[in-house]
Amino acid sequence: MDASFWAMGGHAAFVWPSYAIGVGLILALAILSWRGYAAARDAVARLEADNPRRRRGGER
Amino acid sequence: MDGPPATPPAPKAPTLGNALHRFANPGRFMRLSGALLPWLAAAGLALSVTGLAWGLVFAPRDWQQGDTVRIMFIHVPAAWMAMGGYVGLAVASFIGLVWRHPLADIAAREIAPVGAVFTAICLITGSLWGKPMWGTWWVWDARLTSVLVLFFLYVGHIALSNAFDDPERAARPAAILALIGAVNLPIIKFSVDWWNTLHQPASVTRLGAPGIHVDILQPLLVTGLGFLFVFAALALLRTRTGILERRARALMAARAAEPAATPSAVAV
Repeated sequence: MDASFWAMGGHAAFVWPSYAIGVGLILALAILSWRGYAAARDAVARLEADNPRRRRGGER
Repeated sequence: MDGPPATPPAPKAPTLGNALHRFANPGRFMRLSGALLPWLAAAGLALSVTGLAWGLVFAPRDWQQGDTVRIMFIHVPAAWMAMGGYVGLAVASFIGLVWRHPLADIAAREIAPVGAVFTAICLITGSLWGKPMWGTWWVWDARLTSVLVLFFLYVGHIALSNAFDDPERAARPAAILALIGAVNLPIIKFSVDWWNTLHQPASVTRLGAPGIHVDILQPLLVTGLGFLFVFAALALLRTRTGILERRARALMAARAAEPAATPSAVAV
């Protein structure tokens, strides 16, 4: 990539932050969503292990 | 005396409500969504990266806007998801209100944060595009203001959904808010036609031929499809989380309701 690509015709200060913020927010949401999912999955596994009678198949 | 042979009960006519309950069974949903999620996420990631790189590197610059037009490849798909996501939120809220299906309530609750993030991206990138093109970061014109209202509707829905100790109790007021807020969608869509706005009118969905050159339209549509899959994958993942959290609450409630073992019983 040459310098003119990074300069974006003099609008680098607007183009690159747009991509950085957009991609960054989606990535942050994806990471938080996955961490929430993993926490909920582990919590259910722990609770079902405490009480095997209430174990339900197919919900994971 | 034997009476006339009993006739078997007539089978129930299938209704939309029955179909929804059958297909939205949490166990079945978890199995189907678990199989679908990796494919959605992979397709969303691949298409989004391809479309954004295409727009950023290979698409031609606009003869008037220069390289700032590249902001469009993230701004416009984010705007599509902001509005499409709210349609999904409103439909889930309607199903939750009418058929009282818990899965619809969970889906509505989990779509809202995803929609809020895409709306925020739309607003921020729009502002970054507006400064070099319009000379201002923000203007209170109909399109920008109605999208800001959409963002506040998402945030209001999130706040209302979390305002009750029991999330199930929050579903009904949150659904009513979502349905009332749906009136904002046609306002956003037609704001550029109904009022004299700084924001440009529709270019891609214009009747007849789109007002965008095909070299710019192609990466825009690829990114739009990619964002759609990413949105769907995130909404599915979060809905799965909501179902698991509900299950955890039920298990904890059941454990709390069980009689505690007394010391004498333990000794026996």
